[in-house]
Amino acid sequence: MKITVEHLNFYYGAKKALTDISIEMKANEVTAFIGPSGCGKSTFLRTLNRMNDIIPGARVEGSVKIDGADLYASGTDAVLLRRKVGMVFQKSNPFPKSIFENVAYGLRINGMAKGRELAEQVEASLKAAALWEEVKDRLHDPAMALSGGQQQRLCIARALAVRPEVLLMDEPASALDPIATQRIEELIYVLKKDYTIVIVTHNMQQAARVSDATAFFWMGKLIEFGPTPSMFTGPREKLTEDYITGRFG
Amino acid sequence: MTFRDWRRRALSSVMIGLSMAAVLAALIPVALILFFVLAKGIGSINWAFFTHMPAPVGEVGGGMANAILGSLTMVGLGALIAVPLGVIAGIYLSEFHGSTFASVVRFSADTLNGVPSIVIGVFVYAIFVLPVKHFSALAGGAALGVMMLPVITRTTEELLRLVPMALREGAYALGATRSRAMFTVVLPAALPGILTGIILALARTAGETAPLLFTSLNNQFWSTSLNKPMASLTVQVYTYATSPSEDWHRQAWAGALVLVMIVLVCSLAARFATRRLERMHTGH
Amino acid sequence: MKFRLTTGAIASVIVFIVAGIAWTLWDQAALAIHKFGWQFWQTSIWDPVSGEFGARPFIWGTLYSAILAILISTPIAIGIAVFLSDWCPASLRAPLVFVTELLAAIPSIVYGLWGIFVLVPAVREFQVALPDWIRAMPMFSGPPVGVSMLSAALVLAIMIIPYTSSIAREVLKSVPATQREAAYALGATRWEATRVALHYARTGIFGAVMLGFGRALGETMAVTMVIGNNPQVKWSLFAPQYTMAAVIANEFSEAADELHLDALVEIGLVLFAITLIVNVGSRLLLWQMNRERKPKQRATAPAEEAA
Repeated sequence: MKITVEHLNFYYGAKKALTDISIEMKANEVTAFIGPSGCGKSTFLRTLNRMNDIIPGARVEGSVKIDGADLYASGTDAVLLRRKVGMVFQKSNPFPKSIFENVAYGLRINGMAKGRELAEQVEASLKAAALWEEVKDRLHDPAMALSGGQQQRLCIARALAVRPEVLLMDEPASALDPIATQRIEELIYVLKKDYTIVIVTHNMQQAARVSDATAFFWMGKLIEFGPTPSMFTGPREKLTEDYITGRFG
Repeated sequence: MTFRDWRRRALSSVMIGLSMAAVLAALIPVALILFFVLAKGIGSINWAFFTHMPAPVGEVGGGMANAILGSLTMVGLGALIAVPLGVIAGIYLSEFHGSTFASVVRFSADTLNGVPSIVIGVFVYAIFVLPVKHFSALAGGAALGVMMLPVITRTTEELLRLVPMALREGAYALGATRSRAMFTVVLPAALPGILTGIILALARTAGETAPLLFTSLNNQFWSTSLNKPMASLTVQVYTYATSPSEDWHRQAWAGALVLVMIVLVCSLAARFATRRLERMHTGH
Repeated sequence: MKFRLTTGAIASVIVFIVAGIAWTLWDQAALAIHKFGWQFWQTSIWDPVSGEFGARPFIWGTLYSAILAILISTPIAIGIAVFLSDWCPASLRAPLVFVTELLAAIPSIVYGLWGIFVLVPAVREFQVALPDWIRAMPMFSGPPVGVSMLSAALVLAIMIIPYTSSIAREVLKSVPATQREAAYALGATRWEATRVALHYARTGIFGAVMLGFGRALGETMAVTMVIGNNPQVKWSLFAPQYTMAAVIANEFSEAADELHLDALVEIGLVLFAITLIVNVGSRLLLWQMNRERKPKQRATAPAEEAA
């Protein structure tokens, strides 16, 4: 098991956003989180790299272990941890810098490479994100000038550059057109050879297409979790079935 | 953790520390100014300060009754001009905010807001004082009005635009015209906020000195004529502060204390008012 | 339509006032502009009695004091903006915002009074306490009088902090949360994430600094009371100097002959022009920052807007 979560509760101030979540995610698999908006799937994703730490009043109970090491143990350093867990956001969010500098950012701040080595790693990351061919002649153009789909792949390249083990994706294709979405999905399929991927999506077809395992969230609870094919063909829970068949959400 | 990581962590802590130091660097002057104004001014604040005329040079005591009256008069005059103009201009800006002319007006208001107060003084001097060859309270009031106008305009615009569209649509649905919807529904909804903004603008303008220096000038005597020079709290504080008399210095501190109290009380009141308004709107 | 015309006509008063200021100043200054030409800004002798008018010391004093003021206030103002937007505990934010903005509400005359009786003596003592070798340097030379460029710059710096910091804070607040989060996700420290936000907002922050600069250029009373009002072009921080706004404040109501008055109006005209350029420039920067960043974000995220 790559990621093991046990009895996780999450609070925004007095409001309980996640209740008693236990789940295990395998290495080199894609796990999809589905559920209606506000069900807690994105919040849960963000507990996996302690991104919620920066929200005032947020509080976590329970344990999240990656390779057996507890993220929320007192000795764990969020900054070091986040380097191991990359993240891609719903809205593509390149920095207002050049394409090259975007990918180089994580390498630079973490002191992972410089000079020619830096250039090589930027190239490798852009190749891994299937963007290299489109941008290799204009690496020093502003990232903001790329199309939406290219920006999102740039953000993936930026996350891959620091060589994470886990890649969290928060609705990475929700803002993209169908062709750009397809490219991202193909990329996810390739990337899972090297990474453990967790993806939040509100698109059930997408979950069915890209994931190996699917978790259904509802009102801050994990309702059902299992291999994707059986989840979509024979859900155990009535709630899951209603959601998958489009009766609510 | 590598040495590099440790160094980055240390740098981060240092920068957070520096930003706190920056906050302190701003709090210290606030505290120092409030402390000195209070410590040096409180001793000379008494009944006479508000009711007596300035004492002649060399005599102890006296007050700033005429200057206080003058400030009130001229702020009132300014408000008389600026409040109706500003509120209506604000209505125009919020109702027709996309139009080209609205952009011109908005740009002018922001420009006017950035014009140094001394330049406003020169302008008002040229159009109100020069033609009649004498300083007057009217000119002082006009100068203060010009100072208030852009602030009131922009505050009104912003507060009107916060009124939910649904409220307007409700009025339109009942067949109200645009102007009727504005004056019967939208403006009343935003009125408490607008009044708060106006009071803040008046309080700030009451502290202006530069636009009065050569419009209303100063007056050592009790005068209620709008056509004559008029004393004001701020110009009086300036005159006293730059004089050699110790007793006048004390009066200047007392005047400054009154000015600070006006601003402080109005700002605090405005803060509480806006917080209550926010609660009303969010329903907590 | 009647509603639109009526309110529009009243709103146009503001446009007329701004145009009126420009035209009136130009018209009034005509005599001086015609008589002195460029000479006016190139000579340094200001002697109304003998009819000599050289305004170089005033423009020097105005620019020098305002530049010193932003050098002092900018790091503090940005520090405040960063602390309040990124690092401050939520419960402390509102009171701190209130207190820092109180700095903007305190009347200029009160700063001046405080300057004369508290700051100026302190500057004098500081100058006396400096070792001789420092006082021998041109930057710090001169007799210890207290009223000086340094006193003016310090008062100005305090006065413009709230303007710069409140705009900078708003600009930082408008940076999308995902910019900082992207940095965090790559292993950034808190400062590194803030740097990303500062970099994203750099145009707007520059605009905020310029807005403070515009305020400093036009500030009158406090400066008049502490700068010493001595028309000379000096680098020394301890030398009494003079500004454009201060000379108008001091001499305008006593200007006896027309040439003197017109010379002062010309100074007012140039002050108006400079502040106008600086303010318009800063607004353009702030506006550009909003425009540059927003449409692209929108183009890529229609779903976000619907949600």
